[in-house]
Amino acid sequence: MKKLLASMGLGAALVMGSGLLAGAGELTVYTAVEAEDLKKYAAKFNEDHPDIIIKWVRDSTGIVTAKLLAEKDNPQADVIWGLAGTSLLLMKSEGMLEAYAPAGVEKLDKKFVDTSTPPSWVGMDAWVAAVCYNTVEAKKAGLTPPTSWKDLLDPQYKGHVIMPNPNSSGTGFLDVSSWLQMFGEKGAWEYMDGLHANIARYTHSGSKPCKLAASGEIPIGISFAFRGAKSKAKGAPLEIIVPSEGVGWEMEATAIVAGTDNLADAKTLVDWSVTKKANEMYNTGYAVVAYPGVAKPVEHFPPNLLEKMIDNDFETAANNRKKILAEWQSRYDGKSEPKK
Amino acid sequence: MPFGFLRAMVEMSSATTLEAGKAQPEKLPKIRPKLGRDDWVMRAFILVIGLYLVITLALPLYAMLSKSFNTYAFDLSRYELQMDKGTGWGKTLSVQTLNEISGKYQAKDLKTSSDGRLSVVSMIEGFSFRSKTQYRLRNAQAGGAFLIGSERKIDTDWHEFTSNEFRRVVLKPVQSTGFDNFVQYFSNPSLFNSIFNSLFIAIVTTFITITLAFTFAYALARSRMRFKGLFKTIAMAPILVPSLLPGIALVYLFGNQGILKDLMGDQSIYGPIGIIAGSVFFTFPHAMIIIQTSLSISDARLYEASDVLGASKPKTFFTVTLPGARYGLISAGFVVFNLVITDFGLPKVIGGQFNVLAVDIYKQVIGQQNFEMGAVVSVVLLIPALLAFSVDRLVQKKQVALLSTRSVPYEPKPNRRFDTIMFSYAALVGAMIVGTLAICQYAALIKFWPYDLSLSLTNYDFDLMDGGGWGSFSNSIKLGFLVAIIGTVVVFLGAYMVEKAQGFSIGRGIFQFLAMLPMAIPGMVLGLAYIFFFNNPANPFNFIYGTLGIMVICTVTHFYTVSHLTALTALKQMDKEFESVSASLKQPVYKLFSRVTVPVCLPAILDISIYLFVNAMTTVSALIFLYSPDTTLASVAMLNMDDAGDIAPAAAMGMMIFYVNSLARLLHHFASKGLYAKTQAWRKR
Repeated sequence: MKKLLASMGLGAALVMGSGLLAGAGELTVYTAVEAEDLKKYAAKFNEDHPDIIIKWVRDSTGIVTAKLLAEKDNPQADVIWGLAGTSLLLMKSEGMLEAYAPAGVEKLDKKFVDTSTPPSWVGMDAWVAAVCYNTVEAKKAGLTPPTSWKDLLDPQYKGHVIMPNPNSSGTGFLDVSSWLQMFGEKGAWEYMDGLHANIARYTHSGSKPCKLAASGEIPIGISFAFRGAKSKAKGAPLEIIVPSEGVGWEMEATAIVAGTDNLADAKTLVDWSVTKKANEMYNTGYAVVAYPGVAKPVEHFPPNLLEKMIDNDFETAANNRKKILAEWQSRYDGKSEPKK
Repeated sequence: MPFGFLRAMVEMSSATTLEAGKAQPEKLPKIRPKLGRDDWVMRAFILVIGLYLVITLALPLYAMLSKSFNTYAFDLSRYELQMDKGTGWGKTLSVQTLNEISGKYQAKDLKTSSDGRLSVVSMIEGFSFRSKTQYRLRNAQAGGAFLIGSERKIDTDWHEFTSNEFRRVVLKPVQSTGFDNFVQYFSNPSLFNSIFNSLFIAIVTTFITITLAFTFAYALARSRMRFKGLFKTIAMAPILVPSLLPGIALVYLFGNQGILKDLMGDQSIYGPIGIIAGSVFFTFPHAMIIIQTSLSISDARLYEASDVLGASKPKTFFTVTLPGARYGLISAGFVVFNLVITDFGLPKVIGGQFNVLAVDIYKQVIGQQNFEMGAVVSVVLLIPALLAFSVDRLVQKKQVALLSTRSVPYEPKPNRRFDTIMFSYAALVGAMIVGTLAICQYAALIKFWPYDLSLSLTNYDFDLMDGGGWGSFSNSIKLGFLVAIIGTVVVFLGAYMVEKAQGFSIGRGIFQFLAMLPMAIPGMVLGLAYIFFFNNPANPFNFIYGTLGIMVICTVTHFYTVSHLTALTALKQMDKEFESVSASLKQPVYKLFSRVTVPVCLPAILDISIYLFVNAMTTVSALIFLYSPDTTLASVAMLNMDDAGDIAPAAAMGMMIFYVNSLARLLHHFASKGLYAKTQAWRKR
């Protein structure tokens, strides 16, 4: 019995000892940035501010967003650094963000800064939709490379295309919303009706279609360019196609969470996140960053990507998201049996 | 030490003879037995552990499920509008009146969810963003809200807009309570179709798994085939890996680049076929172990009688064997059904377009942040699981002991042909299980499937992958130990108090119900429930949020049912007379507990701790919402890696979990062997 009690006490001590209360000099930062980049981000930041320790909470965009919203009444995060702009728009409309104009924000491309003054969030970089095309598998299946979104309607691609489900993935929603903006409401739904006939299946994650194309599971994955470039660097027989009509994009952005008890440090971090140095750091993975003139071409990125980015209306997309997703679901989700 | 526990009793009595000598105050005889100090201690314990279950299970579930009744609708009467067509501000109009004039929206159109937005200009007839008309809008009362683009306005001041600006103004819904979410759910075919899909998958899987597992258990219990120990070990292996792993194996085997793709013909593995195949894999050991137990307690005299009466082999099988095992079969069936219907890892990986309830929760909560609809799906998912569960409990109550003191254990006789068939069958099943694991290990070591098949360890570079790197691996082991230690103590104490306490039947009944409940709760529902309950600033237990502690508690609660049943079974084997003897010797209950009960039940206690350890290592769904930067987990990392499309590293991580669990299992085996020899020798005649 004594032993049992002792082990209970030990357990309790271990449990209590590992709290997540960020004190002074410590920031809890929620992020969806790729894991392999996080250490680099923290290290670069600590070069200039060695006294602030970053505690990362990293997960996919959907989970981080759900977590932040679920914690709305008692936020745990101090700063959000690297989460989809659409998610931050949603949080702003819930009054969850602390409006703050970081020092030097005026140097950034206007596209990347919240229109309110002071802004509630500031963009870092853009991730751009693209089509990942596996040349080896396409050849086996006798496919010719598509050059536009409309090309993907060709019956030769039947069962050879995968895209993310917009009901599970932000990247999927980005695609749908860009088609709505490019083709108009009627045209876009007609387009998706046609595309649906060619889709092998919809995935729950936005990077998966490109990874699946890279591993030959499917010849064509609708995903984003950044993923494709990374897989290509690893030796995947991929071609990253930028459809000629233009491509949708989403930004990663930064914001201070309203009610943080470490506002001073949070401001320091957000100030740093808009510096030229930070933007150069974002540029190692992303071809498009918020600070003009910084971006150097990224290896394996298609060169014409920048000019193909559409003039994305995030606000309209966010305010119509519910309606768009419901329409998508009633048309394509649930009713369809998996195709061969 | 064959009579160790008896010796302990004797020692106990001699140690306290002094106390026993004290005179008892005389009392009038009562019909009800008087409650001694021990009874009060035990009742207090039941209350404490019962309270633990209320706080870690009942209240969080309530917090989560009550969300399903939170409805959102646009309340147009909360907004007021004025127009200026160049002649000054006109009269104040409620937006409700505006809608009535244009007739744009009916009451049902105004129902929405928390992220619903309603454009104001859609209600203004003949609106043009080029017109010179000015607008102003305000909240008529506090509590309303509208957005200018994404900027929220909750004050009651007037805000002025040009026609062009006014296009950007949208209304936010107001929260109230009602059944609207359920109405919405059941009027949306793409949502409620998942109910049929989930039931279909669960029923088909249950049928296949039970058939396969019964045959396997039959081979183990009723044949004289060789390598029984090896086969049993292999058959238990799937319990050591996350349910995601068979999904990954199926991709490598039958996916478009799979090595056995041709076997699939025109069918796709992504869909019901894949979900069922993977579910059979991960539920097989659960079913096998339950059925094997029920087969191993047959009375040989029944078979002799059947033989003497000249019954044929099949007739004996259908009149003796099957009826004898029926409770085990039913129980196994319900366990499999519950496991399949609540699992979300597998259908997410291999389900393709085939929607099931558990994945719908994921889509609602993670994809659309619609917690209310997620809660509705959770409630719907609870119904079949709870139904299956209560039917099972009802049936189990009817079970009567098959073994009496006069029973003779059944000893299978050698039968060359039968043994060969059974051996081939067991070998085939064993090969499939080993093959599934082997393909994952192989894929984990391949540099770039299928284009560069050279071997490499790059997939083990977890620090470069999403999910927390090698640190998450050691966190998982730490979590496993904490869950095993704390969970075993809590569960065993709880079971002891419930089993041995006198009277107090209402309290014990409630406790039993709470202890049975976790089996039917999908992990993701529990995880979300924990956020809503524990992250409430008004909650006194708020401090554990974001710690390893909450993950330990959540995991213990998640796997409470099976642990509790194991403890109960062991305790039921002990006669209540021990308590009476101990009481008559005036021994406090803790002495009996520590010197008799715990040593006698040690095998069961070890079983509970290994069960909790293994499950803490493999569980994903509940903890995905609860981990913090310092407490990332291997199983969650595996899910994240697969999610990002890093399938090979996910397989690598899955196999690492397998090796740790195998090692733990091996240690457990030797520990119980040693302890068995030391403490259980009295069991032998």
